[in-house]
Amino acid sequence: MWAADLPPFVPFFAAALIMALTRSHALRAVIGVLVPLLGGLHLWFDVDPGLTSYRALFEFQLIPFRTDQLSLLFGYLFHLAAFIGMLYALHVRDRVQQIAAMLYAGSALGAVFAGDLLTLFLFWEGLALTSVFLVWARRSKTSFKTGQRYLIFQVLSGVLLLAGTLLIYRDSGSLEFTKIGLNGAGSWLILIAFGVKAGFPGLHSWLTDAYPESTPTGTVFLASFTTKVSVYALARGFPGTEMLIYVGATMACFPIFFAVIENDLRRVLAYSMINQIGFMVCGIGIGTELALNGAVAHAFNDVIFKGLLFMSMGAVLQMTGKINGSDLGHLYKTMPKTTILCIVGAASISAFPLFSGFVSKSMVIAALLETHHEWVWLAMLFAAAGVFHHAGIKIPYFAFFAHDSGIRTQDPPWNMLLAMTISAVLCVFIGSYPAVLYSLLPYDTGYSPYDATHVLTQTQILFFSAGAFVWLQMRGLYPPELRSINLDVEWFYRKLAPSTIRAAGAIGKPAQFAWRFVISGLIDKINDTLARHHGMEGTLARTWPIGSMVLWVAVLLATYLLLSYF
Amino acid sequence: MTAKPSHPQNSPANGGREKLYLFDKPKNVQRLLRGFYFCCLLLVAAEFVIHRHIVHPWEGLFAFHALYGFIACVVLVLAATQLRKLIMRDEDYYDTDGTEPRTSDSNQHDGES
Repeated sequence: MWAADLPPFVPFFAAALIMALTRSHALRAVIGVLVPLLGGLHLWFDVDPGLTSYRALFEFQLIPFRTDQLSLLFGYLFHLAAFIGMLYALHVRDRVQQIAAMLYAGSALGAVFAGDLLTLFLFWEGLALTSVFLVWARRSKTSFKTGQRYLIFQVLSGVLLLAGTLLIYRDSGSLEFTKIGLNGAGSWLILIAFGVKAGFPGLHSWLTDAYPESTPTGTVFLASFTTKVSVYALARGFPGTEMLIYVGATMACFPIFFAVIENDLRRVLAYSMINQIGFMVCGIGIGTELALNGAVAHAFNDVIFKGLLFMSMGAVLQMTGKINGSDLGHLYKTMPKTTILCIVGAASISAFPLFSGFVSKSMVIAALLETHHEWVWLAMLFAAAGVFHHAGIKIPYFAFFAHDSGIRTQDPPWNMLLAMTISAVLCVFIGSYPAVLYSLLPYDTGYSPYDATHVLTQTQILFFSAGAFVWLQMRGLYPPELRSINLDVEWFYRKLAPSTIRAAGAIGKPAQFAWRFVISGLIDKINDTLARHHGMEGTLARTWPIGSMVLWVAVLLATYLLLSYF
Repeated sequence: MTAKPSHPQNSPANGGREKLYLFDKPKNVQRLLRGFYFCCLLLVAAEFVIHRHIVHPWEGLFAFHALYGFIACVVLVLAATQLRKLIMRDEDYYDTDGTEPRTSDSNQHDGES
């Protein structure tokens, strides 16, 4: 189609440029759908693993395009995600969103095919600077402020990556992006940089803050790229880093508590996203071939089923103008197609047999047992039950069933339905024929998810988790959806820090007064001293400046003379 | 699955005689629930027929995964309900204290005109 060594981000950036120049909405829409489609086909048919292209920049040897099984898998995934996202957003006439989405997808592709840390850094920052426009695209005061907070986190991650890169370059003399491992300050900085974008516990609040504030279509793009680029980077740079097992387990467990009581259904999905990335990070931490396969396969599936869930909630927001569980309900009556598609996404994220989550999540859980991490295994089983509870049941139940909100609307436009249908078909296809996905994974482990034990135990977990939901609902113990927000880590910088600064300002006024008093006294004293020595009657004013200089030169020479004797 | 009949005041303008949908009939909800309970029963009964591979000793417990799934979710929900007491705030919590009132925009503008 075009030269095999042309980096895949180039067509995306070129398309964004054309989109910026053309006034035709139809042309922008066609370009938006065609470029990811053609780029994906080109990557699939024309580009093989093992390709490396070099570019010289000053004394650095950069590698803007390097392919292997791992990067190609994410390359296919990002083309697919961009295609589905663009199809879903086909009706959007907002040029800023279209251009931002193309540049964002291009940056994600640039990052996964970057063979050196400097190129990775450039696209890492590209991800930040392009995606923030999707948060701002809501064009409200709230989204503007959210976008600013989002940008601070994203740019901070980039700065950490650059600092780590420079330290590693100083120590090793190489910029190549291979396995880094935890050894030295540079590697820690890079791990934290990756951790910010992956949503490590404590560093995750930008995700749950910003993703639900974007437009219905913008969130679909946001959910597809940033965190998955980070998962890729962790899989490449830190496989087998023991600490990541526990980080991943924490990520898988803590968000589900927040998700159960969250009212904004897209924020529920954002928490659910951290939970799913937890499985991936855990797999990367284990580091065996099975676990790494599981981690990247789950990243692949997650983009599709989480995208489907975000698309179905985006459709609800688009058609009803509401997204809080407390305002929705009984939409199955007038949005039947969206309901079914959402349930397919819910079944996939919950890892029902024959749906995509089942064939990837199980690899990580099996690897935990193989490597004798029993307690983590129990935590992950808890997380697997929890994800069904909040994403598998809560999302479809409160949006489409539950109480009658009285809202009567209709299914979204054809392009949104088609995009969701493609995702749903992929969820079922990958779940039913996992061999296709397995053939794309970095290692050949011969793993088969469909044995009687696995199917039975997973189905038992899911059905009895649903049983718990039914029982809690009937007993009136299930927390109702309330118009509210829940505090999270962001409280520290959105509430505590501003309050502290304000309080410091209040205390500071008397302190400032006292300080001025002391300082002005000190300055007066210095002035007096200077006037005494250098003033009209001062000791040093008795001679002309040249005389003063001669005096000091004489002193210096005398000192020098004295020192020369020793 | 406590589907209730639609509120007459919220029904479309057809004099409240909106067509009855699948879960408007309590009988259908009951049917769904019965089918669900039956599936749960079958899954536990399958333990007698299917010999599970056991890696972790706890898995040897009869219907371990079913029990674990049920208990985990009950604990999850009860703990999350308690968590609400600690962290739940009004929707405009972050917009008070010296800043302008929140522009409740979540339902106002989707930037896609």
